[in-house]
Amino acid sequence: MEKIPILRMGQFLLVTIQIDLYDRLALNLEADLVQMVSKTGARGVLIDISVVSIVDSFMGRIIGNIANMSKIMDAETVVVGMQPAVAITLIELGLPLTGVHTALDVERGMELLRKKILVDGEEQDADGEYAYDSAE
Amino acid sequence: MEKNRMPMANTPTTVLNKDKMSVFKEQDVVPFRNRVKEYATKIGMGLVNQTKLITAASELVRNMLRYAEGGDTLIEVISKGRENGIRLTFADKGPGIANIEQAMKDGFSTGKSLGLGLPGTKRLVSEFDIKSIVGKGTTVTVVKWKNG
Amino acid sequence: MHKFLFMKLETAKMLQKKKKQIIDLWMKNQLADSALREDLMSNDDLRAQSEELVDALLKKLTDDNLSNVDSADFEDIYEILGGVSITRARQGFSPRETGLYIYSLKDALLTILQQEFKNDPVQLYDISMKVSKLIDSFGIVTFETYIKGREEVILRQTDEITEISTPVIRVWDGILALPIIGTLDSARTQVVMENLLQEIVNTGSSIAILDISGVPAVDSLVAQHLIKTVSATRLMGAECIISGIRPEIAQTVVHLGIDLSNVVTKATLASALKYAYSILQLEVRKKQTTLVKSN
Repeated sequence: MEKIPILRMGQFLLVTIQIDLYDRLALNLEADLVQMVSKTGARGVLIDISVVSIVDSFMGRIIGNIANMSKIMDAETVVVGMQPAVAITLIELGLPLTGVHTALDVERGMELLRKKILVDGEEQDADGEYAYDSAE
Repeated sequence: MEKNRMPMANTPTTVLNKDKMSVFKEQDVVPFRNRVKEYATKIGMGLVNQTKLITAASELVRNMLRYAEGGDTLIEVISKGRENGIRLTFADKGPGIANIEQAMKDGFSTGKSLGLGLPGTKRLVSEFDIKSIVGKGTTVTVVKWKNG
Repeated sequence: MHKFLFMKLETAKMLQKKKKQIIDLWMKNQLADSALREDLMSNDDLRAQSEELVDALLKKLTDDNLSNVDSADFEDIYEILGGVSITRARQGFSPRETGLYIYSLKDALLTILQQEFKNDPVQLYDISMKVSKLIDSFGIVTFETYIKGREEVILRQTDEITEISTPVIRVWDGILALPIIGTLDSARTQVVMENLLQEIVNTGSSIAILDISGVPAVDSLVAQHLIKTVSATRLMGAECIISGIRPEIAQTVVHLGIDLSNVVTKATLASALKYAYSILQLEVRKKQTTLVKSN
């Protein structure tokens, strides 16, 4: 079965969706991501959808779910790189994805995540526990 | 540029191309969307309208899978006057919808979706038609004009 | 009756034999007209165009379809006529000039018929009526297509105006401004939204200012369009500020009960820009030094 790879970058998890998701794959991604957040104690999830051409209500819901589930596990979710046509369509469809953070690209998404974590009042100096932990 | 044909007084809709496809499992959704995209690209539909059409198609096909365990789809390239467009028909033999008026209201849903299925989908297309007989099935037809 | 049918059968063939004469006569009629637009089309081109049509017509013409203007045999002719009149519409021929083109063919055909059937007035009348009807039908098609051609010109211009009237300006590194002038309807909003979002991607700008000081009135529909644009911008990860809220607009917005509380609004473009700077300073730390220096 195909799987969407989840990359770990320090405190963050990065998911780049590069194929059109059919339902099972999307649901698996949701489960895998939540598992990963729990396992790694990640503080942020970045979902890069810059090459995704269609986001329907099902996928919108999955994204919302991931954000909400991560949130209650103390991780923020940022969706980055949404294409203009996709954004216009989602608005017309009535799905503004409220509660999901957005950024133009991965870099800015990271920036946003760092800021969010900082605002939460966490000490960033004590992040040695997670940083550079890419041995997996 | 469209072909210069004899202009008709009351422009009828003509079908230029037809393609049938059955959708009975979720793995059929992506190939179906790709097929719709192919036709939309062929008639030169812009990216935003294409995205709206394919998203609408995705919503409707998903409804069909969720409520009726699948059904038949028809993709047609149509032309009316100077406009070209894509017409999609989704016919299922599911339980049908008892109250269409209610189903077309924002915030109504019988399934576990977000409750913006049909009205949201309607906003994405140029024309939307739904017919349903309880116990027999539902047929949804949508049209997206190239510049609509 | 028998003789009549026999004679009729000959008409199409007779006309085919006279092809050269018909073309010459038609050309003569066209060239004689004072309204001839040599500036728009050379005589050679005109002749080629005319020959093509006569050629196609005589090839398809039979004594059966002569009395049936809806015959499928004439598809090609309608196609050629359509092409001719669309081209003429785009080139700027007047309807009169376009009309004369096809009606002078009628004159040419009638002249030939008159020569051929001068001894048989009944036959002449019958055939003349039919030819006349056929060419009239061609004339109608010509006009319909001519108008269609003009409409296309108008549509193209409308598109151009829409395109021109929604410029996206890069006012600062990371800040886009889009002054909207004129009424915002759904078609225009679509263009505005598409242009703006595409520019956000192209320039990587995280802030967009939508200035509506040039919008005459804001009703609930326009407000809805604005809110949609703001929401779509947000989905892409950029911030959208609406500026240029005139007092009248503020009044109508509140009177209509439109909720703009989720949208950042500023009275002027200048204050929106100031706000944008402040956001950038907070968000993109690296650019802060650049901003201070350039200011």
